Amino acid sequence: MRRSILEVLHLTMRFGGLVAVDDLSFTAYADDITAIIGPNGAGKTTVFNCLTGFYRPTTGQLTFHGHHGPVLLERLEGFRVARHGLARTFQNIRLFGGMSVLENLVVAQHNHLMRASGYTLLGLVGAASYRRAEAEAVERARFWLERTGLIERADQPAGSLPYGEQRKLEIARALCAGPKLLCLDEPAAGLNPRETAELGELLLELRDRHGVAVLLIEHDMSLVMRIADHIVVLDYGRKIADGPPERIKRDPAVIKAYLGETEDEELPPEVAADLAASGGG
Amino acid sequence: MAADAAGAIGPKLKDAALAALVAIALTVPILGMETVPGPDGRLTLDFHFHLVAIAAVLVFAGRLALSLLLRGRQLRPSGRSGAVAEFVSRHGTWFGLAGIAFALVLPFMPFASRYVIDVATTIVIYVMLGWGLNIVVGLAGLLDLGYVAFYAVGAYSYALFAQWFGLGFWICLPIAGLLAAIAGVLLGFPVLRLRGDYLAIVTLGFGEIIRLVLINWHEVTGGPNGIADIPRPTFFGFPFTRDPGEGETAFHELFGLEFSTLHRVIFLYYLALFLALVTNLFVLRIRKLPIGRAWEALREDEIACKALGINPTNTKLTAFALGAMFGGFAGSFFATRQGFISPESFTFIESAIILAIVVLGGMGSQIGVVLAAAVIVLLPEIGREFETYRMLLFGAAMVLIMIWRPRGLLAHREPTLTLAGSTGGTGTRGGGR
Amino acid sequence: MAYFLQQLINGVALGMVYGLIAIGYSMVYGIIGMINFAHGEIYMIGAFVSIIVFTLLGMLGISWAPLALLLVLIVAILVTSLYGWTVERIAYRPLRGSFRLAPLISAIGMSIFLQTYVQVAQGAKIKPLQPVVTGGFVFTDPTGFTVTISWIQILIIVLTLVLMAGFTWVITKTPLGRAQRACEQDLKMAALCGVDVDRTISTTFVIGAALAAVAGLMATLYYGVIDFFIGFLAGVKAFTAAVLGGIGSIPGAMLGGLVLGLAEAFWSGYFSIEYKDVAAFTILVLVLIFLPTGILGRPEIEKV
Repeated sequence: MRRSILEVLHLTMRFGGLVAVDDLSFTAYADDITAIIGPNGAGKTTVFNCLTGFYRPTTGQLTFHGHHGPVLLERLEGFRVARHGLARTFQNIRLFGGMSVLENLVVAQHNHLMRASGYTLLGLVGAASYRRAEAEAVERARFWLERTGLIERADQPAGSLPYGEQRKLEIARALCAGPKLLCLDEPAAGLNPRETAELGELLLELRDRHGVAVLLIEHDMSLVMRIADHIVVLDYGRKIADGPPERIKRDPAVIKAYLGETEDEELPPEVAADLAASGGG
Repeated sequence: MAADAAGAIGPKLKDAALAALVAIALTVPILGMETVPGPDGRLTLDFHFHLVAIAAVLVFAGRLALSLLLRGRQLRPSGRSGAVAEFVSRHGTWFGLAGIAFALVLPFMPFASRYVIDVATTIVIYVMLGWGLNIVVGLAGLLDLGYVAFYAVGAYSYALFAQWFGLGFWICLPIAGLLAAIAGVLLGFPVLRLRGDYLAIVTLGFGEIIRLVLINWHEVTGGPNGIADIPRPTFFGFPFTRDPGEGETAFHELFGLEFSTLHRVIFLYYLALFLALVTNLFVLRIRKLPIGRAWEALREDEIACKALGINPTNTKLTAFALGAMFGGFAGSFFATRQGFISPESFTFIESAIILAIVVLGGMGSQIGVVLAAAVIVLLPEIGREFETYRMLLFGAAMVLIMIWRPRGLLAHREPTLTLAGSTGGTGTRGGGR
Repeated sequence: MAYFLQQLINGVALGMVYGLIAIGYSMVYGIIGMINFAHGEIYMIGAFVSIIVFTLLGMLGISWAPLALLLVLIVAILVTSLYGWTVERIAYRPLRGSFRLAPLISAIGMSIFLQTYVQVAQGAKIKPLQPVVTGGFVFTDPTGFTVTISWIQILIIVLTLVLMAGFTWVITKTPLGRAQRACEQDLKMAALCGVDVDRTISTTFVIGAALAAVAGLMATLYYGVIDFFIGFLAGVKAFTAAVLGGIGSIPGAMLGGLVLGLAEAFWSGYFSIEYKDVAAFTILVLVLIFLPTGILGRPEIEKV
């Protein structure tokens, strides 16, 4: 029996007349990498925004088994979601560009440090307990910086990093927040093949060694097929398939949805291979 | 080659001529024709077309020089902070210490007349206001156009508490700060959810509401006449008077000095300097605490902050309240220094001046604020004719700095903590983990 | 009843002036999402150009009111529009894509600059204008109260309605209006589709300034006195009107102006004239807090 970490039940999100997500239900498990895939505009990012409190769902129940037991995400104010152990990254990277890499990672540990600084009072008088907490926060940051290979960049402004490193930094920052579930919105977008491979390694390591479940939106099908344990496929806001990668690859509904797409790199490799064999590519 | 140069300069000349034409069209009615009351009370016009000609020549020359200098490049905000800014910032501690040392000995310098000390005190007060507002604008990135309202709250709090309850300066000071902070929270709580530019307008409106209430609420505030006879400061209970009352000892008697009115002026100067340094110390320290980093993070990206579990409203509220508190401190100093306050001291222009100090100095830069405050206070002192032109210059400078160096002239940010710096720290304690 | 009617008329006339200024705020906000702080000063400059041209015409001996009005209107619109264009060109255009607070601070700097510029050039004293348009209709009701609609009020209302009609036609029917609406939706996309974004934004500022010039002229006629400081208060009030009606919405700006004008007229008619301006600011703060999308505005969806 796998432990579930997130249960999405009948999630619907309407913007005026537009139904972005339509009665979506799925479960993500604690020891899994779960991928949400689907053509552009299928409503994937909207699902993320509902999960992380940026949108209030029209209807639906989102149960998250976080640090403090089960919690209904749709009832939380946006900034409280992270405190239960759900961290996310953004499709268009959102770093604190003017601040240093290290500062970005320390800000991610804000709530913990805020308590340690006695809500600033202890910090102002320079209490030893706060200095210790800050040193620990730096150590945690150092750990993830070393793991993501950004340690040399620690004291540079985050905005000055090249694109691929900014993506890594955003993931490292989310990890510093100490999540049980990490939600990544297209983490491989704009990465070169080597960087994508490293990303895959990192995500597998998170699952296997750090007990962090991963929920990711991704268009790079080879990456998804390689690392995901469980895939949810959306099309026009509806779920059209849900299961392990081997099943998804053969699912006729998925193939049909993707054949409607024109961009080759977004085809599952098998489909692309079929197309090439039939003389189309 | 000559033809080449001519070909390059031709369009630029044309462009500059066009700009000059625009300048003429703009200035003929406003600058060229001044409405003045005629003999029968009706308006007539004085013509100053030479001013229009000067404006046109200046614009022509300026535009031409600019296009020659830029050579086709656009004048765009540069992300770089400039070598000077970096140098000043790197050696900030030394500049700061030298500045403080100079400020400390200033009253005993040979050139330190009463006038010099008075001006220096004014500069120090603006520095303090600038540092206070810098928490809100520079660190948290919230545009507060009604900062002077908190200055007013502080000033009136001191004046009223001192008059009604006979409380001394050192008791009133924290009360004034607290009341200003409460005013900040009351205003901030509903409006800090708003988008940044709405916040600016609401603070502007709030500043005006406070001023209009001060003018119209005669019973408490004395209306437009303000409050006079505010108790002057004492040296911890020893007044600066020639003939102290029964059973009192005056300052000069305490130290066996000849009575001089300069004593109070010098004392006020040190008082202001003390308050300003407390502000500075506080800001430098809080910037390196979680709350300070959260302010800067909010300034950079509010959505990312939310995703990391930072409560944006509360975080902004603390910035707003703390900024207001220092405004309140400065206000109560202002009241005790002047001995008289009225709503006229708390107009929007005052808010704009403080904002200009922060913007020109470089948002978040402590030393920049000192330089900007000095320039802004000294300019009208150099010549009275600068009094009006000062605002003209500031307005233009604010626009130009936003175009040329939007983070401010002296904005160079040093990280609040570095990996290199913290390695040694944790090492001595035997490692953090 | 007659008193009520009188306040109603005063309120409508005042509201039309606020509405005309508010359109400038609303259009600029709709298209580039910034508050043009200097817009109040543009209105003030419109008023000054009007009074200067009136004085000039008086000195030249042109005193036939309709001709004088027409000439003043034309010159005020031309000069003020040029100010609007220049402000955008110098203070805002180079800042597109700069950091968040930059355009706002630049706008405040511009506002201070323009205000001081007029103060230096024209002096700080109040400028009185000899009445140009006088008289009106007077109605007496059975109880003996009189209600007056002055010619100026009629002029304000008619001119505003005509301008609004023309303006609506421009926005809905012309290529310029189409470009403007496209930019409002998505600046980048509009540029990709071949809309000259710079020119469209410039035009927006010019139109806004032209309407503010008309408002400045009418306020000069209505109040009979102006000074260099009128832009501040009028600017804040008109901005309030724009937010009240739903910023970005043109009919909303007019509606907000009317509501604010009526509120102010009735407030000073029935309560106290002292706190008149406090009332306007209080409305501003309350609207921003409780109804930030205004009456006719659309809610903004946060893009993540």
